[in-house]
Amino acid sequence: MKKIIQVRDVNKSFGGVIANRNISIDVEEGKITGLIGPNGSGKTTLFNSIVGYHPIDSGTIHFENHEISKLRVQKIARLGVLRTFQQTRIYSKMNCVKNMLISSAHHNTKWTDMFSYYPKELTERAEKLLEFVGLYGKRFLISGDLSFGQQKLLEFAMALMNEPKVLLLDEPTAGINPTLINGLIDRLKRANNEFGITLFVIEHNMRVVMNLAESIYCLAHGEMLSKGTPEAIKQDQKVIDAYLGAH
Amino acid sequence: MLDNLSLLGMVPSLNLQLLLDGLLIGSVFALAAYGLALVWGVMNIKNLAQGDFVIMGGYIAYTLSEPPINLHPIISIPIIFVVMFVFGWGVYHTIIKRVIERDLFTSLLATFGLAIVIQQLLNIAYGPDVQTAEAGMEIREFFGGDITIADTKLVSFLLALVVGLLISMFMKKSRMGRAIRATSQNARAARIMGVDTNKVYAFTFSLNAAICGVAGVLISIIWVIQPFFGITHSIRSFVIVTSAGFGNLIGVILSALGLGTVEQFSGFVFGAEFQQATVVGLLVGVLIIRQIMQSRQRQVVK
Amino acid sequence: MNIKLTKVIFYGSILLAGIFAPILFPAYTFQLALLWMMILFALTWDILGGQMGYNSLGNILFFGAGMYICTVVQIGMYYDVAEYTAHFGAVKVDFTSYQYFTGIATGLVVAAIACVIIAVIFGWIVFGLRGPYFAIGTLGVAIAAGELVGAWDYVGGGGGISLPNYPGGPADREMFFYNLCFISAVCTFVFLKWLYSTRFKLALNAIRDDEEKAEAMGIHTNRYKTIAWSFSAFFLGISGGIFGNMTGFIEPLEVAFPTVTFGIFMVLMVLLGGKGTLWGPVIGAVIFHLIKELTWTYLLGWQWVALGALIIINVVYFQQGIMGWAQEKWPELFGITLDETNSGTEEKILS
Repeated sequence: MKKIIQVRDVNKSFGGVIANRNISIDVEEGKITGLIGPNGSGKTTLFNSIVGYHPIDSGTIHFENHEISKLRVQKIARLGVLRTFQQTRIYSKMNCVKNMLISSAHHNTKWTDMFSYYPKELTERAEKLLEFVGLYGKRFLISGDLSFGQQKLLEFAMALMNEPKVLLLDEPTAGINPTLINGLIDRLKRANNEFGITLFVIEHNMRVVMNLAESIYCLAHGEMLSKGTPEAIKQDQKVIDAYLGAH
Repeated sequence: MLDNLSLLGMVPSLNLQLLLDGLLIGSVFALAAYGLALVWGVMNIKNLAQGDFVIMGGYIAYTLSEPPINLHPIISIPIIFVVMFVFGWGVYHTIIKRVIERDLFTSLLATFGLAIVIQQLLNIAYGPDVQTAEAGMEIREFFGGDITIADTKLVSFLLALVVGLLISMFMKKSRMGRAIRATSQNARAARIMGVDTNKVYAFTFSLNAAICGVAGVLISIIWVIQPFFGITHSIRSFVIVTSAGFGNLIGVILSALGLGTVEQFSGFVFGAEFQQATVVGLLVGVLIIRQIMQSRQRQVVK
Repeated sequence: MNIKLTKVIFYGSILLAGIFAPILFPAYTFQLALLWMMILFALTWDILGGQMGYNSLGNILFFGAGMYICTVVQIGMYYDVAEYTAHFGAVKVDFTSYQYFTGIATGLVVAAIACVIIAVIFGWIVFGLRGPYFAIGTLGVAIAAGELVGAWDYVGGGGGISLPNYPGGPADREMFFYNLCFISAVCTFVFLKWLYSTRFKLALNAIRDDEEKAEAMGIHTNRYKTIAWSFSAFFLGISGGIFGNMTGFIEPLEVAFPTVTFGIFMVLMVLLGGKGTLWGPVIGAVIFHLIKELTWTYLLGWQWVALGALIIINVVYFQQGIMGWAQEKWPELFGITLDETNSGTEEKILS
């Protein structure tokens, strides 16, 4: 199996607080990988390090054949590594279609493309994806007026619009109506299957992550606690202790 | 310009003179800057009318020191403190209260409008000439006249120190002071714990206006005031707070003293007409340095 | 078809009004020229302030820079600039028609290009600043520019420069500058109307709504920001060159870098009309200019107080502006609709 993201011995601290210590992670191409851990265990910090939001103290991060730990956010995004945010972020004063259009891929845009019109196919693709997440009827509403769950779905659709190779999802089901969660899991799996996007997911909901991921990493106090298949993780005493101890 | 520079090299006492003047005047800058840091940190208001509050305090002191009242400017400080406190309270309830929850540019622009209103009203009332409130004090000479220190500067330095100490005591000991500090750390948590944040905001803004008023009195004694000088004082406060960061009293004092000194030296070397240019140049410089530091962390100056 | 016809009539009548207004009201030619300039100011400020969410208080920098660059080029083509400015008032220099018009044309082109270069350099300095820091930083740079020009003897320092005399009668002169203002404002509008129909506008709006998200989605944010500012600088540079020639005398603080008059008018007009729309700045500029011209002389020295009060009232009580207010009132007119005909509701994703 090809490893699309390789994180090796990454350290990151803020002031005196060590957020990540010697973290090594492999994300396999075409698979869904999960990342779990109690609050404050350094999951989002690791995400931020991968997408270039802040410099890391030491270690390497490879995406395909690129060393990306020195690159900036935009550059990494254009290579095809995209992330969604824990506190959902969309362009709140634009309508959903425009949110989708501006999210289309930027990796091989030329200077002149800045002043181009949007081709019809792009609008159609945007509408198709909005239908995929169930927001077609609301496509002309100002996205900031949508409910939190709908905004989350929109953010997911925007990420798909960008055609990334890897999508890093930070708690995709947090704040979503429980009746919608199954539908969302289904959409995530289909994005993985049909669009061929590798997923790397932070998730607190154990049922969701066990259902979704093929391999799972568990962090605690900034260190790698355990890794393995969902079954193995479920049985791992260290993981159980970490979760019980943290609450 | 080069002549002045070489003069500095040849006459060492001149350096000392400029340094002393800078430190003494910097202490007054520190007051207004501390007020700005306070409203910035507690209620996230960037007050562009800060300097105009200062000038306003100066003009009240000037008016009181002239006939028919003939009140000595230093004695008028408590009166001006109260007057400016009430003024600040009024401004808070008419303008600031309505922009506090809005985006930052709104508060910036609203206070900019306020600055224009104040400076133009002062211009109508007093005309565009520079004024000084007469304190009738001596100038001391040291080392056979090489170094001179005006008593007014010394007194205003001490007064700035006293006011600063009183305020920091107030912040530490009083109930309101604690409420202000709590609100600045986390307004929502403070509200949940029963702090009336609206009252805290109103008080903070009024206190800031009062501090500015006192700074204005001191400025009017040791320097000159003019209706349109407010913007320079505002920019001074911004330079100091941006380089020191808010919630850092020692940093504010040090930056203020540094700014005062740099201004004195550049005023001597380049000429007095470059005073505003120096302040603005420092502002741009500080922002660029902050930006470079932030960009190392791949962050921006927000 | 009908909509198209209405549009043609609408734009056509505005153009006709623009062409015939100074002929019908020759006494107000200067005020009308100023009106077009105000529209240009508001439109160019809105590129950053409204569409991109970067509230600059220092756009006047480009106006002043354009004015000085244009003047220096105009004079420098035929005379020694230092000598011209040094003998200000003493030596009377007359330009021939040919010299005058070639000078002004070259000056405007050079001013526009130079302002774009300044915008690129300046943008590199200030685009790491956000929100209030950006506003204060740009204000600082604009004030500093005025101070520096005031100290530069080559361009006349604080004393300023008299521009070459117009080779013709006063009525011709007024008409010439009116037309320049009119054409540059119309060009700005047409250009922006096109620009806002492309991908560019959406990128600017994305930066306005959430720049960090835009970066995370891979948008070339710096590229867009710099280019947007260059457009703003381009048109402002031209307007500065025209304005300098129109008034006939320039100096750094009151005419070229007036941060508290034109500099703040730009912001106020856009806020009045509505940020982030094409027509908002135009409407705001017209209303503001009318109010200003009609009431200014009756306020007897209180006009600046009134200006400050207007800023406060505008931002505190009416921040959405006229267009924003209209959008709240009639959302359907702005295309904000719920499409009920299609079945794609969120329930569909329940499995």
